[in-house]
Amino acid sequence: MSLLGEDIVTEDGLFVVNMGPQHPSTHGVLHLKVWLDGETIHKIEPHMGYIHRSIEKMSENLSYRNFIFATSRMDYLAAHINNEACALAVEKGLGIQATPRAKVIRILMGELTRLASHQLWWGCTGLDLGAVSPFFYAFRDREAINDIMEETCGARLTQNYVVPGGVMFDIHPNFQKRTKEAIANFKRNLTDYDKLLTGNVIFENRTKGVGILTKEDAISFGVTGPTARASGLSCDVRKWFPYSGYENVEFDEILATEGDCFARYMCRMAEMRQSVRIIEQLIDNIPEGDFQEKTKAVIKLPKGEFYQRVETPRGELGVFIVSDGAASPYRVKYRSPGFSNLSALSTMAKGGKIGDLVAIMATIDLVIPDIDR
Amino acid sequence: MKEPGYFKTIYLSVKSLLTGMRMTGYYFTHPKETHTEQYPDNRATLKMMDRFRGEVIMPHDETNEHRCTGCQSCEIACPNGSIKIITKQEVNAEGKKKKAIDTWVYHLDMCTMCNLCIVACPTDAIKMGQKFEHSVFDKSLLKKILNEPGSKVKSGVE
Ligand code: SF4
Ligand code: SF4
Repeated sequence: MSLLGEDIVTEDGLFVVNMGPQHPSTHGVLHLKVWLDGETIHKIEPHMGYIHRSIEKMSENLSYRNFIFATSRMDYLAAHINNEACALAVEKGLGIQATPRAKVIRILMGELTRLASHQLWWGCTGLDLGAVSPFFYAFRDREAINDIMEETCGARLTQNYVVPGGVMFDIHPNFQKRTKEAIANFKRNLTDYDKLLTGNVIFENRTKGVGILTKEDAISFGVTGPTARASGLSCDVRKWFPYSGYENVEFDEILATEGDCFARYMCRMAEMRQSVRIIEQLIDNIPEGDFQEKTKAVIKLPKGEFYQRVETPRGELGVFIVSDGAASPYRVKYRSPGFSNLSALSTMAKGGKIGDLVAIMATIDLVIPDIDR
Repeated sequence: MKEPGYFKTIYLSVKSLLTGMRMTGYYFTHPKETHTEQYPDNRATLKMMDRFRGEVIMPHDETNEHRCTGCQSCEIACPNGSIKIITKQEVNAEGKKKKAIDTWVYHLDMCTMCNLCIVACPTDAIKMGQKFEHSVFDKSLLKKILNEPGSKVKSGVE
């Protein structure tokens, strides 16, 4: 049997199913080609390119001030952290540092972004595994953070708040009050999260022992972020290569050893508590001073190569700029966490059931525009 | 033979189900604690944050004067080419030639609300408006001319 020149049933009796690009659990336009033996997964091949916007190529024609805005559209749940990575890379090239105030604002915004992203992930994981109500509770708390972003940065998701040398404008007078309220509420609500999903027997049965990723596989696929830390691989960029002053705040890197879906879930839940801890340390200690270092109107980087890595909610994002001394980059390359994490999907899901695939995808926390730039 | 812990599993499942339902039930009986906004019924009271970026606007004062000198910094700063400034030469009272704007064209359909043009403007002639309901049936309506007819630059703005 053949459809469009491809076999539906292969010679050794495997059934080929296309999952996506419009499947609700793929959170975007991810197309997975799955080879099935009955209900057991034999092999998975992700097909990409549906949402390719050529952000890297586009950046070659934009100035060092302008190319940052496009990265908000890569991992749209961590737009602030993407912007920060680009700004840090440009600052590295210029040999300057952001002002102390800007650094603290960047960390605060980054951790709020991480919280919002993990909240959305928590809601979607519940939704993917058949629980609808978590989604609404997650959105309630995320809304509070989006409001903070809107008030200070001017936009809810694609903030474009970070500029080389600091941040675009100072924090809003209400920022501290609002953040404290949101954090206090969220801490109370986090126990609700546990009640709804963590202790649920059905949820545990669907995630425990499912989709195991060993530490060796995590290393060889370049998996980063909570997905790798759940397999026992210590890879938090904030700890290993601190930027923006993460070396001065206290927080723990969350590690687990099981490497299954439940471990990944628990890692992210614990990371939310760590983000809250970081925000609580800094919210009353924002140093006074300028929020932006003076830079020239037209930024020109010296000839050379500059690399900066940051920790997004999904893992390590790297920005690599090659400069030939002109006012726009010669080449920009992004190392996105989602792409490497997705590459491990086939290994994780092999031998599992098709229903487990949804649980695995949910706990890797895929954001498709990040994979396909 | 029964599966070990068969009844225990049932007991635990029902228990965790009830735990979850108690929580949703709480919010069901406490409607004050919900966060839903009744958009678009609340349009009259809905106020966006003052920094919210909805569109680029050019404020004019009572005498129909704006602050734009036609320097085109915003046009250069825009990463998407959403701004096109057509300039003209004007002769002022002392008989000197001066650059001024003829038409300030703003393509809302190409704008990503990145705020870079606002930051680039040396005379604060443009800012971000809070309007966000931009849907129209015809794309050509999204091409806007921001300087009002007959307007001129405020004296003293260089
Ligand atoms: S907000 Fe950004 S995209 Fe829109 S006109 Fe200004 S610079 Fe261009
Ligand atoms: S709006 Fe501002 S930056 Fe743009 S042309 Fe006018 S004065 Fe120059």
